[in-house]
Order: sequence, then structure tokens, then C-alpha cells
Amino acid sequence: MNIFVCVSHVPDTTTKVQVGGDGKAIDPAGVTYILNPYDEYAVEAGLQLKEARGGEVTIVCVGPDAVKETIRKGLAMGADKGLHVVAAEPRDSFGTAKAIADALKDRAADVVFCGRQSIDYDGWQMSGLLGEMLSIPSVSVAAKLDIAEDGSFTAERDIEGGQETITSKLPAVISAQKGLNEPRYPKLQGIMQAKRKPIEDVEPVPYENRVEVLEMSKPPIKEAGKIVGEGPDAVKELVRLLHEEAKVI
Amino acid sequence: MSILVVTEQRDGKVKKASYEAVRTAAKIAGEMGTTVTAVLFGADEAAAKGMGGYGAAKTLHIADDRLNLYANGAYVKAVAQAAEKEGSDVVMMPATALGKDLAPRLAVRMDGAVAPDVTDISVDGGDITAVRPVYAGKALIKVKINSAKKVFTLRPNVFSAGEAGGDEAAVEAFAPELGDEDFVTKSTGTSIASGKLDVTEAVNIVSGGRGLQGPEHWQLVEGLAEVLGAATGASRAVVDAGWRPHAEQVGQTGKTVSPNLYVALGISGAIQHLAGMSSSKCIVAVNKDKDAPIFQVADYGIVGDVFEVVPALTEELKNHIGS
Repeated sequence: MNIFVCVSHVPDTTTKVQVGGDGKAIDPAGVTYILNPYDEYAVEAGLQLKEARGGEVTIVCVGPDAVKETIRKGLAMGADKGLHVVAAEPRDSFGTAKAIADALKDRAADVVFCGRQSIDYDGWQMSGLLGEMLSIPSVSVAAKLDIAEDGSFTAERDIEGGQETITSKLPAVISAQKGLNEPRYPKLQGIMQAKRKPIEDVEPVPYENRVEVLEMSKPPIKEAGKIVGEGPDAVKELVRLLHEEAKVI
Repeated sequence: MSILVVTEQRDGKVKKASYEAVRTAAKIAGEMGTTVTAVLFGADEAAAKGMGGYGAAKTLHIADDRLNLYANGAYVKAVAQAAEKEGSDVVMMPATALGKDLAPRLAVRMDGAVAPDVTDISVDGGDITAVRPVYAGKALIKVKINSAKKVFTLRPNVFSAGEAGGDEAAVEAFAPELGDEDFVTKSTGTSIASGKLDVTEAVNIVSGGRGLQGPEHWQLVEGLAEVLGAATGASRAVVDAGWRPHAEQVGQTGKTVSPNLYVALGISGAIQHLAGMSSSKCIVAVNKDKDAPIFQVADYGIVGDVFEVVPALTEELKNHIGS
């Protein structure tokens, strides 16, 4: 199986976001970058598929040189090699997908995994964009996956209030939801080996963003409300406030 | 020319998020001197006409049994054909599980781009601009789509659907041309827990955290939720501990919600949790630690033990709502 896993290099979830000097993106000063948490499920899915069926797993990432560090995290988990689409300028979702689709189109992928969303721009778009660009099926937010020998597969995706069962067939792009598996922690040996695994650089076709960011701002700061009181004695007053002041009950 | 809105129904009933999208699109269309055409998969003619009550001038009604369950390839083709027929450059839909899956494929098919999960949309000098939360709501970006074809998905529960008016939409039966190849990827069924509200669709939410001390105490959360007609949510700590399913997780690696009322029980308020719920209209927190960060975003707080406060609150609300 020729397995590709697309990953994203994102600020840690504990990051306190500050708007940068251009007013259009965050200030990267002091920010720690991690492998996007949903992509860990995608990497694990790729590794498990390789373990079951053989083949190799390639980690794909689009971005400046710094993203190599994130590709290495996937390699440390056990992937075989990396594919770095070197794009110095930030790209919108369409441009990122286009760069990956161009890089993958002649590589005969059997399956492409990605996370359901990257936790920076929260687009939830990659599986659909890539599937359409590569003219292959896509399934998003898969929390369960069962791939048969003949390449047909069944996925369960989370929808409002329950699950939806989807059938499709490879080659396909599948985005991973938490719950799909339990991602392994890289072992020290894996981290050491990752340093020697090959990462191929490719140049993307120049692209002008279709979605233009006009400005970034912080949401209005909510003023801390009132402490109504302590213990069960405060309950009567709380209910009165919810009814008369907030008018939510 | 018209703005196309992709609407959804479940069991023949149009989803509220779809009415929100139709109403919002109608406002934008009005400012741009055009109208709204709704695309409705399934449901009946009354539902198709009913789109008029929310501002649609016309409904393209697709009654094709093969489309009763979602199939992204077929839906993309159907909507793209509808957009072509109507000459629509702008397509809107709710950012539901279906909308989030459909929008990116559709945008590529139409050679456009998506502004996903927007929470505000307006017309600014002839262009549509949209605001959307990023970094799980820790920042907002205002965006403009520069390609000719534009797809917007609208976050549910943020835009008002308003009351249904008396107008009826002109209904036109629409039969997209579809082949077997469009059904390679398809839903074979859904399992929806009956009577269970999803946090992303709920008007009220009651969430529990570590302060509940164990899954055996979840009836406190459920009891209060029942009185409020609320969905139940959970903090990440509780989901990671296996007390609750991931579908209930509110926060950066769970769901982002904006209900009218959000009640946080025994949740300290880690930044990842706050990111997912701080846009709720009214937040109530019960926590025994008066310095817990949840009180920084709560409109009303009670400092106290959830095991004492929650039963009293549930009882008081029962009396209040009963009277």
C-alpha cells in the first residue's frame, strides 16, 4: 500500500493567541508548534494500515522550513519518509490542497489520510478539497474505518447526534476524527531513526490565495460576571437572575 | 444570479440551521439586488414552499430516492448543476456535518473557494465579507473570497432564522443528471440516538467536568439538562478519562458551541475549553474553586460543591419552569 498522511504544523493548544504586526495573522513570537492533534490519528491510521497490509507511509506537509520538524514527528512515530512542499508564504486551504494534490498526482497513492481539521485555521476542508482535486473519493471525520482486501471500505463518521456509515473504495482521502485509534507515542529509538529518514523537497506551483484575510482581531473580551453566592443558598437568586436579567429561562 | 442555499432535512423535517442559512442569505441577496434559491434534497412540497417563509424566492426540489441518504459525489454534482442552471456564483449552507463535507468538494468543482464556519457575513462595497473564528475562537478573521465562485458555510445557532413568514417559495422540481459513478461514496444509514440533542444544535447545554468525580455522578448533569431541555456536554478531561463519549466534548479538540445558555458544572475552564464555549450567550458556572478560570467568562457563578448546588438548582428550576 502506498500511504500518504498529510500533516499540519500548528501552535500548541495552550497558546495565548496575539495578533501580529500586520494585523492579519498571529504573532509567532514565543509560540510552540506541534503536530496537529487530529493528524496524530491520521498518522496512526497510516501506520496500522501499513502494519496490516505492507507498503510505506509518507508524511506530507506544506509550509516553510520549520515544518520539517513536524514531518520528523510523524517519522518518529514510524512513518518511512517525508515529502515537504516548500511554500514560504502562508497559503489558504485551497492553495495548501492544490500544492499537495500537485505533488501527489503522479505518485499513485492508495490512500491519503489527514486530520479532520487543523487547529489553527479550523477549516475542516482538506479531505474534500484533495479528493476533488485528485478525482478520488473522500470521507471526512471518520471515527471508525474498516478497509477490505479489495480496497472497498466502510467508515463511520460523526454527525449531529450520532454516526453515519459510509461505504466507498480506495484510492481515497480520509480525514481522521478523535476515536479512530489511539496514536502511539514516538519511542526514543524512533526519534533517533527519524533524523536519518529521507525528506524530499518539492517546489509548488506559484499560487495566489483565493481567500484573502482582511484583518485578524481578538474576540471582544467578556467581562467576568458576578458571583451570585456560595453553596446551595445562592440557587434561588441565580434562577431569578436567569429569568429576569438574562431572560434565558 | 441568485444566491443558492443548500438546505437539509432529517426525517422530512427541515433543519433549523438550514432556515438560518436561508434567512441570512436572503438578507445578503437583498443588499446585492438579487434573490435566494433554496436547494432541498428530499422532504415534501410543503417543506419546499415553506422556504419562502424564511426569504427564499424559489426552491429547487430534488425528489430522487437515491439522494435520501448523503452521497458526497452526487450531492456535489447536483448542487453544481443547480448553481449552473441558476447562474449562481454564491452558494451558502449550514456548517453542519454534511455542509462541512460538501462545501470543499463543491468549491473545487465550481473552481471557487470556501469561507468555512462563518459567524458574521455582510456586504461591503459590493463584496461579501465574512468573519470566522480561528484558533478555536481565540481570534477572528475577516475574509473576502477573491475567486468568482464563492461558498460560505454558516455556523449553526449563530444566525437568526426568525419567525416563518407567510410567503411561499416558487417550487420547481429539479432532477440532476447523475450516474452510478456519483454514488461510489455513499451513506448506507445513520444511527441517531433518539431524543438526544447534539451540543452543536442545542439551545441550552449543561456540561460536566472533573468536579463530578466520576461517571457514576453524571445523573447530576443529565437531571439538570432534562429540566432545561438541554444537551449534555463534557470537558476534555472527562472524555479522556473515558467517562463520556467524544461527541460530547466541548472545546478546542471537541465541538465549538454557542447556545443561549451554557451551564458548566465542575469545569475549571482550561483555555481549550473556554475557546469552545465562550461565545455562548449566557454562561453559568458552578465550581468549588473561586479562582477557577471559568468564572472569568461566566455571567453568573456559584462557588460551591456541585454535589450540593446542582440538586438544589435542579429542584429550583423545576419549580420555576413548572409555575
